[in-house]
Amino acid sequence: MELTLPTIALLTPLFGAILIALTGRRPDLREGVTLLTAVGLFLIIASMWGPVAGGERPSAHLVELMGPGLTLALEVEPLGLIYALVASFLWIFNSVYSIGYMRTLYGARSEGQTRYYICFAAAIFAALGIAFSANLLTLFLFYEVLTFSTYPLVTHARNEAAFRSGRIYLGILVSTSTLFLLTATIWTWVLTGTLDFTEGGILAGKASAGTMVALTCLFFFGTGKTALMPFHLWLPNAMVAPTPVSALLHAVAVVKAGVFTVLKIAVAILGLETMRQTGAGDVVAWFAAFTIIVASLLAMSQDNLKARLAYSTIGQLSYIVLAAAIATKSSITGGAMHIAMHAFGKITLFFCAGAIYATAHKTKISELGGIGRRMPITMLCFLVGALSTIGLPPFGGAWSKWFLVQGTIEAHDIAFLVVLLVSSLLNIAYLLPIPLVAFFGREPQAAADGEEHPPAEHGEAPLLCRIPIIVTAIGCLLLFFWPRFLHDLAALAAN
Amino acid sequence: MELLGTYNYWVYVVIMMIGFYAVIARHNLVKKVIGLGIFQTGIFLLYISMGVVRGGSAPVRGPGTPPDTLFANPLPHVLILTAIVVSLSTMAVALAIIVNIQRRYGTIEADEIHRMDREEAEAPAPSPVSAGAEEVAG
Amino acid sequence: MSFADHLPLLVLLVPLLGGVLSVFTGGGRVPWLWACSVTLLTFLGALELLSIVTTAGTRTYALGDWPAPWGIELVVDTLSAIVITLVSGIATVVTFFARRNVEKDIPADRLNFFYSLWLLAITGLLGITATGDAFNLYVLLEISSLTIYALVAMGKETDRRALPAAINYLVMGSIGASFLLIGVGYLYMATGTLNMADLHETLTLMREAEGGFNRTVLTSFAFITVGLGLKMALFPLHTWMPNAYTYAPAAVSALLAATATKVGIYMAFRFTFTVFGSDFGFLQPPNSTVLMACACGAVLFGSYVAIRQRSLARLLAYSSVAQIGYIVLGLSVLQTDAVTGSILHIVNHALMKGGLFLVVGVVAWRLGSSDLSALGGLGRRMPLTSAAFVVGGLGLIGVPGTAGFVSKWYLLSGLLSSGHWPLAVTVLIGSVLAGIYVWRVVEIIYFRPPDPRHAEVSEGPVTMLLPVWILIGLSLWFGVHSAGPVALAGEAARTLLGQGG
Repeated sequence: MELTLPTIALLTPLFGAILIALTGRRPDLREGVTLLTAVGLFLIIASMWGPVAGGERPSAHLVELMGPGLTLALEVEPLGLIYALVASFLWIFNSVYSIGYMRTLYGARSEGQTRYYICFAAAIFAALGIAFSANLLTLFLFYEVLTFSTYPLVTHARNEAAFRSGRIYLGILVSTSTLFLLTATIWTWVLTGTLDFTEGGILAGKASAGTMVALTCLFFFGTGKTALMPFHLWLPNAMVAPTPVSALLHAVAVVKAGVFTVLKIAVAILGLETMRQTGAGDVVAWFAAFTIIVASLLAMSQDNLKARLAYSTIGQLSYIVLAAAIATKSSITGGAMHIAMHAFGKITLFFCAGAIYATAHKTKISELGGIGRRMPITMLCFLVGALSTIGLPPFGGAWSKWFLVQGTIEAHDIAFLVVLLVSSLLNIAYLLPIPLVAFFGREPQAAADGEEHPPAEHGEAPLLCRIPIIVTAIGCLLLFFWPRFLHDLAALAAN
Repeated sequence: MELLGTYNYWVYVVIMMIGFYAVIARHNLVKKVIGLGIFQTGIFLLYISMGVVRGGSAPVRGPGTPPDTLFANPLPHVLILTAIVVSLSTMAVALAIIVNIQRRYGTIEADEIHRMDREEAEAPAPSPVSAGAEEVAG
Repeated sequence: MSFADHLPLLVLLVPLLGGVLSVFTGGGRVPWLWACSVTLLTFLGALELLSIVTTAGTRTYALGDWPAPWGIELVVDTLSAIVITLVSGIATVVTFFARRNVEKDIPADRLNFFYSLWLLAITGLLGITATGDAFNLYVLLEISSLTIYALVAMGKETDRRALPAAINYLVMGSIGASFLLIGVGYLYMATGTLNMADLHETLTLMREAEGGFNRTVLTSFAFITVGLGLKMALFPLHTWMPNAYTYAPAAVSALLAATATKVGIYMAFRFTFTVFGSDFGFLQPPNSTVLMACACGAVLFGSYVAIRQRSLARLLAYSSVAQIGYIVLGLSVLQTDAVTGSILHIVNHALMKGGLFLVVGVVAWRLGSSDLSALGGLGRRMPLTSAAFVVGGLGLIGVPGTAGFVSKWYLLSGLLSSGHWPLAVTVLIGSVLAGIYVWRVVEIIYFRPPDPRHAEVSEGPVTMLLPVWILIGLSLWFGVHSAGPVALAGEAARTLLGQGG
């Protein structure tokens, strides 16, 4: 195993997990380990930004898994670096938020918290393995590790509902990856004799048009973490998990792993040129477009806040899937940028939802009237996150949407352009009412669910929750004014 | 096809099928084992009969045997001696198991044993250990 | 002749003598120690043999210096060496495990006889793998089978259903072996020889002279295939297996699951490739279709039925039916990668299933039963054992990082590159079904409330946990460091396929 920078970055969260396990009896020390590991990890990854933007590709050979050409290896390139930066940066603040959230609701020594923090670290480890993978085999291995390391997080509550969701989570993700992704991987191996990610793809000349279409469908539908319909059901079901876990799933690691995978495969296995020539992505693109619209419509019908955000995520992810399926330079750039933009926007929204639950014990949007007056900072940040998700300036989401639109124009796909614009309108329709009701709506008189909540006698979110919310909201703003570094990396990736 | 010339094969097939039928159709475990023995005997006949040499004598060589005697092929005989031993051991093991079955179940009829096991499975005993102990006592 | 030259015989002779002398070891702990030493010695010899074969090529050994083809010859090529090492290695680990488990079932003054049977069973299995003579194979097969029938019946103290299971196994197994005997008889009738290499040459000459195989040889192949199918529990000839594995003592089940069926598959490989030759023409449609159909049936039926089982041992037994289906699928397509995958799976499945049945042994030792209803909440009270189950289960599903993934990869590569899409889909569906039955058990172990009857149990003793984790650990090790086994299996596969005339 080569001990270069990528390997060190990969192993850091793993060592963190071990240390967390050892310090489980001392909650403050344990939380400190998490935070230190997260900060250290981000610094290591950030240090690779310069070299990678300059054209270097730090790499590491890990182990020869099955034979020549079937190795576990790492290679840091722009697209992976974007994902890794997002994941490691947001891990820091997700951890801060987790501490605030869990301690407010359950206290410092509650059941399963050590397991919780260990699994978080393990999930980040897996996410980095995916981000830095040099070939399909490595990516597939860490993809599966991510599924299994997040299962204990999804089922954290350990009640019937949690187990049922856990079963759906595992069932859909493992089935799609075994039946489709693995098949596509082995088929690629059989066709080309290699699994290495290569610029321009490895299938040019080796696969007929029909094979390309089939492979693309298998790869895209096999990546269940993109929540592409009809394999999206695991995502709304995973809402039973505590909110920081939802944030991890939606913003930090899991779904980002899915869309990163499809982008990476489009660029480095299927090949953008080859995809466009053979029309390989057409079937997937239509499913993605369908998902975008239907998910947005479903989002509008949800009263549960987290459920609405879940369906919003499904739609947003399909933007990236669509971008990957269209396979133009601008669409890939937009897709890569959207990984970061959507991550910041969505995590802000989820943090706010969690803060509302932790402080006011409210989960339904219809109960949120006037809550903005009691939790102004929280709801202001919610507004920021909503605007960024919708794609309006001056927030980062505007840039990614811009490039996505460019991509559809480049590919002469007017239909998809219309889909993007319509969905933006739908986004407004289901996101904007929430902060509006929060600030200008009337407070509900009696508790609608018949429970014993005193009529909104609460203040702002706890400090440890507030800080991450503010940071990520500011991030949305900053990403609008300084998108250059992100854009450069994304454009490099698209080439 | 020389039906009459291949009569040894017909004989072996018939014997084998008789034995096979007994194994399948009879419920009594001892009869099954007997059937197995018959089945295997048929096979022995196959081997030995294939080793026959026309005009050959038994493959035994003594002090007074002329050097140019025609013998039947001795190899199948050797093989079958081994196979007979195997068959014998099989029957010995089978009978030992059957004796134990008689002790534990009180019967050696396969259908009754099956019925008893099924009833026990449907009315679960507290633990399998006590079921065996009760049976030994009973 | 140096010592190393005698190794093919020694791997057979040492456990044989060990088994016979075991009768004189008295009672108490001595028989177990004796058995452990004998199996360890055999394993070391097997390792040495493996290294010799991989560097210097196939080893042959003429028993009693009678030259082949008149004398009985022992032939150890790469495949044989792999299986010999596997069987002796697993035997060593399981023997070490067996002490406490066996003491529960066998009275202390009979242990010498038990270990005698045990060692003789291992002798038979090793002998099958080492021999190069078709009739000798039958004899050794029956040696191992008879001792195994008796070993299965030993579970009678815990559950009397071991006895009908044993008698059923005996009847079906004897019929299977008899079919093999008929097949060998027909071969002898047609060719006049029993030596495997000589058979191959003679059959090849006959085929060239006659432009096809005569009916006797074809019938022989049919009888041998069915007979071996019974022995390796290929669907639909598997019905003896679930009962035998469930009611036998746990150590015996572990030994069987990891070695006996594998050796049965080895025999199928030997006859198909070495004796008949892979371009025999018998393994073409529609005959190969039947074999593939049986294998697919095994995968789907075995996995599906496993989901509905209430006993952990029985669940694992049906899972084995499915896994044997995978191995036979690889055999039936005659493609290098697929055969490599099959050979790898022989080793990997032996490690995983052996480890899993040892887990059942530990659980049964503590809880008195392996019913799923009794396993609630075990994850907390027996963490190491439960973790072993999870890792082994992940291997059965074929999650990357486990050995099961590696063999599945090669199997699927072979199936896809030879265009057998329906078979590939079957393998994948089998994996998903395996996920269902494994996860069912994982949920019970970790998430269900504990059964009040078993609330007081604690982790298993170290002497039982160590073998479990040796086998499971190896399945993890070979999941990550597979390059060596893959190269070895690939070489074995190429040798087998290259012998097709």
